Amino acid sequence: MAGLARKPARKTTPRRRAPRRPLLLVATRKGAWLYRGDPARRRWEADGPHFLGHVVSHLVLDPRDRRTLLMAAKTGHLGPTVFRSTDLGRSWKEAARPPAFPKAAEGDGGRAVDHTFWLTSGHASEPGTWYAGTSPHGLFRSDDGGVTWEPLPGLNDHPAYRVWMGGPQDGTPDGPKLHSIIVDPRDPAHLYLGMSSGGVHESLDAGRTWAPIIKGLEVVEDLDPANVTFHDPHCVRICPTQPDRLYQQNHCGIYRLDRPSDEWVRIGRTMPKRVGDVGFPMVVHPRDPDTAWVFPMDGTTVWPRTSPDGKPAAYVTRNAGKTWRRLDAGLPAGQAWWTVKRQAMAADASDPVGLYLGTTSGELWASRDEGERWTCIARHLPEVYAVETAEPER
Amino acid sequence: MRVLIPSPLRSYTKAREVEAEGATLTEMLADLDRRHPGLRFRIVDEQDRMRPHVRFFVNGAQVLDLATPLAPSDEIQIVQALSGG
Repeated sequence: MAGLARKPARKTTPRRRAPRRPLLLVATRKGAWLYRGDPARRRWEADGPHFLGHVVSHLVLDPRDRRTLLMAAKTGHLGPTVFRSTDLGRSWKEAARPPAFPKAAEGDGGRAVDHTFWLTSGHASEPGTWYAGTSPHGLFRSDDGGVTWEPLPGLNDHPAYRVWMGGPQDGTPDGPKLHSIIVDPRDPAHLYLGMSSGGVHESLDAGRTWAPIIKGLEVVEDLDPANVTFHDPHCVRICPTQPDRLYQQNHCGIYRLDRPSDEWVRIGRTMPKRVGDVGFPMVVHPRDPDTAWVFPMDGTTVWPRTSPDGKPAAYVTRNAGKTWRRLDAGLPAGQAWWTVKRQAMAADASDPVGLYLGTTSGELWASRDEGERWTCIARHLPEVYAVETAEPER
Repeated sequence: MRVLIPSPLRSYTKAREVEAEGATLTEMLADLDRRHPGLRFRIVDEQDRMRPHVRFFVNGAQVLDLATPLAPSDEIQIVQALSGG
């Protein structure tokens, strides 16, 4: 996420700096769209579709140069790839070597990337570095801005991790997902990631070795929480201004972790019982580590994964999970059976913070006041897979 | 040899028909990828398996083995089953 200008340029400034314009990066099952906002974030202009018909899992702007876009894409029939744009989407080039597993020995079967699911830019001190998470589970790194990608064998080929990654039955209906790749803003070698399923993991050496962090996390009833395979983090976020704090929306609740502790605390118990604390996305405040948002879904019986009672709402905590408050002003009051996927809710860095979410029914909603009031800014899109905010170079 | 390209791959070739060389389907695909970088990985995965919904026809007959020998006069058709929704 990136920020918007908080103050207009002074009138006395000879060369007035134009206010920055926010950008929403919307990935859908049928292509990608860029929504360019005015500085007040009231009007949004659609730029797209880009790659109409492609299944786009993630579209991200490089916050280091604020010009380079990376897009994880495939089609129903063509294999997975990564497209790059160095001019904010005016032109695109395909990665020369997209994420792919090494060729396996004869008779070994071997893994093949079905799709790249998650893209994370590297540390500010490492321009051109990117990480990618794939389905089936795989972690890849690029050191040349996403042109070529190399697998990280310390995770991908580690015998224990191969077990914890499980098989197709341990992932989502669309396959297992390696997601929530996080780079500690203080240390480029300190990484986190999540695997659905397969737990949350940490590396202190730039991905060469990894260790699970699953203490305190619950699993589906009757399963053994000591078994890493059974853990299903849906979305993990680090607080930018307090990187020792992480929040997590899990298949089994909402959690907070304050390092150096390695034990997650379930903070979703204080959510209303009729709503529960199941969902996909987790969004953190760009400056206040006590503030975070979730978008609950129905996790009862056969898991509809729709807004509880057909009444969509975000919930915010302002005290690190002690209490939660419902935020539904402007959202449909009923008969709205939304699903908001784990990458489909994001915050910008403005003050007040802007929140954005996309639904699988193809709507894009925004709030300019930290969720107090919501407005629909686009309808009739394909199924939204991911929404990211960005502050592009002008 | 002549290779017929399906519409999803024409962003690589810019043409419905292209030329490629090779003594086997594997070699022909390698040559096709040299001429049109990136094309092969979209239809054959990193384990050298044909991707789902991709089929190769040689002179009208389907072949399932990438080691299938080819002759310069052969006509190759790459077909993608456009199923979906």
